[in-house]
Amino acid sequence: MNLVDILFYLFATLSLGGGILMVCSKHPVSAAMFMIISLVGVASLFVLLEAFFLAVLQILVYAGAVMVLFLFIIMLVDVGPNAGKTSKMKLISGLAGAFLISLLIVSFLIIVQSSGWIGGGANWSPIIEGAEPVIGDNLSFSTSVKSFGYGLMTKYMLPLQISGFLLLAAMVGVIVLSKKEEQDTN
Amino acid sequence: METISPSHYLFLALCLFSIGFFGVLLRRNILLLLMSLELMLNGINLALVTFSRTSLNLDGSIFVFFIMTVAAAEVAVGLALLVALYKKRQSVFSEDMNLVSN
Repeated sequence: MNLVDILFYLFATLSLGGGILMVCSKHPVSAAMFMIISLVGVASLFVLLEAFFLAVLQILVYAGAVMVLFLFIIMLVDVGPNAGKTSKMKLISGLAGAFLISLLIVSFLIIVQSSGWIGGGANWSPIIEGAEPVIGDNLSFSTSVKSFGYGLMTKYMLPLQISGFLLLAAMVGVIVLSKKEEQDTN
Repeated sequence: METISPSHYLFLALCLFSIGFFGVLLRRNILLLLMSLELMLNGINLALVTFSRTSLNLDGSIFVFFIMTVAAAEVAVGLALLVALYKKRQSVFSEDMNLVSN
């Protein structure tokens, strides 16, 4: 067992444990804290996969912005004593969930089997560094932020602009949603 | 030689997705429901980064970038809806979002 394996199991336990405790926790504030643990675990796994930029984004956007927004809203609304209520149709939704998850596991096994990845057959090919991106070529995986920006500005220009528009639409939607109620009460 | 293979990461991503999925199905608090959705998206992100790293192709990582953008927008709108619901019904539970059924 080398260091990378130990780190993988550590971060996997962190993210899975945080997720399980988040789903099972009674109070939303503790759920948010466990969620932050889980997100940091996933960010560390990104570091292990050598996607450093995505790890930084994960910490900044998820653990920073999104979870702070969650905590604001949790403090804003008064949840009450029975915050840990579970669904009424527990059996039906549990069975439906188990069925869908088993479908997912079967397709996972088929994919892994057909790609020959069972038993550590897949290898982590080393990253080629320093290669300048060429127009028309495939974007190759790189740890540098520069190639990321290059990909965003060339191949993914239209999706980038659409996602900017989506953020604008979400902002306008949130403003409209929170303004309408004030007019109703007046 | 590392013993951790991409299928380990994929299995972990599957577990994260399943936990989030059961959270969405079994919890009634909309705050926890949205957090479970985030967990599902995280599992998908992890799988995408694994595929991207294995095939040495940056497209998967750029997809993760876009998924993060969409998730942030989704959380903002979802929480605004939650606050609107709370102002109207004084509740944060999904069964109180029943404008049609009664």
